[in-house]
Amino acid sequence: MQLTLWTYEGPPHVGAMRIATSMREVHYVLHAPQGDTYADLLFTMIERRDKRPPVTYTTFQARDLGGDTANLVVSAVRDAYERFKPQALLVGDSCTAELIQDQSGALAMGMNLPVPVVPLELPAYSKKENWGASETFYHLVRAMVGSAKRERPQRSAGQRPKANLLGPTALGFRSRDDVREVRALLESVGVDVHVVAPWDATPAQLQSLTDADFNICLYPEIALTTASWLQRTQGMPFVKTVPIGVGATRDFLTEVGQLAGVDVSDALDAAQSRLPWYSRSVDSTYLTGKRVFIFADGTHAIAAARIARDELGFTVVGLGTYSREMARDVREAAQQYGLEALISDDYLEVEAAIAAAAPELVLGSQMERHIAKRLGVPCAVISGPFHVQDVPARHSPQMGWEGANVIFDAWVHPLMMGLEEHLIGMFREDFEFGEHGSHHGKAPAKRQEPEPLLVAVAAGAPAWTADGEKELKKIPFFVRKKARMNTEKFAVERGIAQIGVDTLYEAKAHYGK
Amino acid sequence: MTGTALPVVDTGCRDVPVLKERGQREVFCGLTGIVWLHRKMQDAFFLVVGSRTCAHLIQSAAGVMIFAEPRFATAILGDRDLAGMADCNEELDRVVRQLLSRRPDITTLFLVGSCPSEVIKLDLAKASQRLAVEYVGKVRILSYSGSGIETTFTQGEDACLKAMVPALPETQEQNLLVCGTIADVVEDQFTRLFRELGITNVQYFPPRRATQLPPIGPNTKLLLAQPFLNETVRALQARGATLLSAPYPLGVEGTTAWLRTAADAFGVAPERLASAIAAPAQRARTAIARYKPALEGKRMFWFPDSQLEIPLARFLARELGVENIEVGTPYLDKLLVDAELDLLPRTALSEGQDVEKQLDRCKAAAPDLTVCGLGLANPLEAEGMRTKWSIELVFSPIHGFDQAGDLAELFARPLDRVGRLKV
Ligand code: SF4
Ligand code: SF4
Repeated sequence: MQLTLWTYEGPPHVGAMRIATSMREVHYVLHAPQGDTYADLLFTMIERRDKRPPVTYTTFQARDLGGDTANLVVSAVRDAYERFKPQALLVGDSCTAELIQDQSGALAMGMNLPVPVVPLELPAYSKKENWGASETFYHLVRAMVGSAKRERPQRSAGQRPKANLLGPTALGFRSRDDVREVRALLESVGVDVHVVAPWDATPAQLQSLTDADFNICLYPEIALTTASWLQRTQGMPFVKTVPIGVGATRDFLTEVGQLAGVDVSDALDAAQSRLPWYSRSVDSTYLTGKRVFIFADGTHAIAAARIARDELGFTVVGLGTYSREMARDVREAAQQYGLEALISDDYLEVEAAIAAAAPELVLGSQMERHIAKRLGVPCAVISGPFHVQDVPARHSPQMGWEGANVIFDAWVHPLMMGLEEHLIGMFREDFEFGEHGSHHGKAPAKRQEPEPLLVAVAAGAPAWTADGEKELKKIPFFVRKKARMNTEKFAVERGIAQIGVDTLYEAKAHYGK
Repeated sequence: MTGTALPVVDTGCRDVPVLKERGQREVFCGLTGIVWLHRKMQDAFFLVVGSRTCAHLIQSAAGVMIFAEPRFATAILGDRDLAGMADCNEELDRVVRQLLSRRPDITTLFLVGSCPSEVIKLDLAKASQRLAVEYVGKVRILSYSGSGIETTFTQGEDACLKAMVPALPETQEQNLLVCGTIADVVEDQFTRLFRELGITNVQYFPPRRATQLPPIGPNTKLLLAQPFLNETVRALQARGATLLSAPYPLGVEGTTAWLRTAADAFGVAPERLASAIAAPAQRARTAIARYKPALEGKRMFWFPDSQLEIPLARFLARELGVENIEVGTPYLDKLLVDAELDLLPRTALSEGQDVEKQLDRCKAAAPDLTVCGLGLANPLEAEGMRTKWSIELVFSPIHGFDQAGDLAELFARPLDRVGRLKV
C-alpha cells in the first residue's frame, strides 16, 4: 500500500486507451465500473479530441458481482462489435475487473468474432500507464504481423528507403507535432515514411509494417518493446536516437543514414535550427551555468539534460524520472552529469529534491510546474503528464530542427521573465515607476519568497543580523534562496553564529556564483 | 407571487413513465465528491483506499493541483496487499499513521472505500473502529464507500454525510438543519434570510469544520439543499428529524418555495416571508430576465450526471421558457424529488444510462443545448451541437436568489458564444 497524493501515471489500462485512441478502426472493450469512464475526458479535454475514445466500458455494479459480470463482457463485446465494426478489438480489465477474474480477454476470444481480438492482461496493481501503452501496442502489432518471418519486398534500384515511425500516441507530449517534424527530417534525406503507429494508424496498416526497411523508435517508453520484437522476429533494424535537441537530431540523421544507406551530409550541413546561433548570441551569456533541475519521463529527461548542458550552457543540478522502466537509462545519463538520478513517483520526494537543489530553472511535467510555482522558480513543461495549455494550437514540436527552436524559446522565456521581474523589483523604489508603471502595466505583487522546504533548522543554527538580512534582499530573488542556503551552510561549517554582511560575501567568495 | 401557492402544471411529471436504462454509463463514481467535500470541511482528510485508477480519477476531477499536500490522498493497493488480508489491514494502519503524523492539523479522517477495496472485502468500517481507539480524543476516524460499483458521482456525498450522522450530538431543541454542500457564500445568504424570518437556530450539514457537527433530535427539521441525500435523510429521520419536502432552492421559484417550506414549519407569518424575500427575489428576477431572450423556446437534452437534473430542468423550463426533450438522471428517488416532479413541465425522463442509445436519441432530437459530462461535450461540439458541461453545475455556487442569474448565465453562455463566433 502506497500513500499517494498525486500520481504521475495513470493505471495501465489508461495506457491501453492511449493506444486505442491514437488509432483508427480499433475498439477497446474495458471491463470496468462506471467511475473509470473519467478517463475519456483526459482525451476530450486535455487534448481537445473531437471524438470519444473508442472505448466501451462494461459498467458492472455491485449487484452484478458473483453473477452476471461475465455475461456483461460478452454482451458489451458483441454490442461494441456490431456498433463500431472495428478492424481489431482490444479486450481487457481495469483494476477492479482484474480482481473478479472474469478472464474478459479469453471470453471475447471465444466469441469467434470475424476480426482479430487482442486480449490484454495488464496487471493493475504493479504496473502503470506507460507500461500499459507499451504492452498494448506490442500485443496489437504482434497480433497483426504474426510471428512468422515475412519476406520483405526487395527494394528496386532508385526506390527510396521506407521507415516506420513507432511510438507517437494520444496524450504523448507534442506527439502530433513531432510526427510532422520527423517526417520533414526524413524527407530531407530522401527516406519515406511508411506507417506511423499507433498515431492515426489502422490495424491493416500495422499488418504492413514489415514492408518498410527499418523502424524508428521515437518514444522508447511506448515503442521499444515493439521495435525490439520486430528486430528479433522480422529482422527489422531500428533507429534508437531520439531526435530532441540539435546534437541528438544530428545523431539521429547519421543513424538513419547508416540504416537507410543514404548520404545525410547535405542535410546535416543545412541544419536549420537557430538554437546554436541564439545560444552564441551575447544576450545569452546570462544563461551560462544556470542551475537546472530536470524531472520528466525518461525520453524527455535524458534529452533535456543533453540540451541543457551542451546546447544552452546550463548546469544540470538534478536529473530524474518517474518511469521505472527507463530508470537504468536515466541513471546512466545522470552519471555523465556527475549526478545520482532521482527515480521516484513520489511527488513529495521530488519536491524535496528540487527544493534542496535550489535550481534557477525547473524542466518537468505539469507536476513540477506546480512545485516550481510554489518555490518561486521559473519552469518549462517538457513531458507528460501535462495539461490543456501544453497542447498549443500552433505547431510546437520538440523533435528535429524546429523542435530545438521551440525548446530554446520555451526554456529561455521563463528565465527572461525572472530577469525582468528582478529589474522591476530594482526600480520599484524609483518614483517614476510608481507613477507610470512599466510596459507590464502594473508592478507585480511582491513575490513571496517561499521558505526553503528542507533547510534543517538545527539547534544553534546561525542567525542573520539585520544588516546581513538587508544585504541578502539586494540579491536577485531567483538566486537569493541559494545564497541564503550557501551562507548558512558556510556559517555552520565555520561555527559562525551571527551572519552579517561579511559572512554573506565570504560565503559568496567561497562558493563562487 | 410570493406568499401564494406555486402554480402546479397540470401536466407535471409525477406520473410520466421513467425510462430505466442499463448499459455503459458516462458518470463519475462517488469518490468524486471528495473534490468539494474536502474544500467544505477544511479540517477533514479523505483517504481513499483503492487503486491507481482511483487516485487518477480524483486527480483528474480535481483538475487543479495547487496544493502540495491536498487534504485527500489514495492508499494505493499493491500486489502484496491483495495476497493477504491481515497484511492489508496492517498496511492500512501504517499508512494512516504515516498520514496523521504528517498532518497534525487533521481532526477528522475519512477512510473512503473503492471498488477494489470492496471487491477484496477490506472492511473499512472495522478499520476505522480499530484506528479510532488509537486516536481517541485526537482524530475522529470514519469510513464510507465512494466506489463506482455502489455509488454514482454525487452519491459519494450522501455516503459521506451518512457516515457522520451517528457522530452528530443529540439535542431536544427545535432547529433547522440544511443538508447538502453549498458554497459558504450561499450559506451566509441563507443564514441572513432565515434570521430575518426569525429562524435563528439553523445549522448546515456538512459543517465548515468537521469538529463542529450540528446537533440533531426529535425537534430537528431537515431542509435539503441538494437532491442526492437519500441515505443521509433516512439516517437523520431515524434519529428523529423530520424531513420538510420542498423544491430545491434553484431559481426564484425554487428558492421562494424552499424558504416558504421552512417558514411554514416554523410558524412564520406569510407577510414576514414576503417582506424578507421581496428585494432578493426581485434582484433575481431582474438577473434572470437578462438571459431569457437567449434561452426561451430552446430545446434542451440532459445526460445524467449529478441528480440535479430534475430541479435544474424545472428552473429552466419555468423561469426561462426552455423546452426539455429528455431529462436523464443517474438515480431518481421519488422521496427527494417529489415536489419537483409536480413542477416540472411534461418531458421524457430517464434513469440510469446506456450512453450509446442515449446519444442516438439525443442526436435524433437535435436539441439546441445538450447538458453532459466532459467526456461527451467536445465530441458533440465537434458534431455541431451546443453543449453545457454539467460538472460546473456542481462546482459553482448556483443556489439561492443571488446566484439565480449566474445559473441562467451558465446555460446561456454556450449559445451566446456560438452567436459570436464567425469562423
Ligand atoms: S469506479 Fe471504482 S475503481 Fe474506478 S475510480 Fe471509482 S472507485 Fe476507483
Ligand atoms: S493550474 Fe494549470 S497546470 Fe495546474 S492543474 Fe490547473 S490547468 Fe493544470
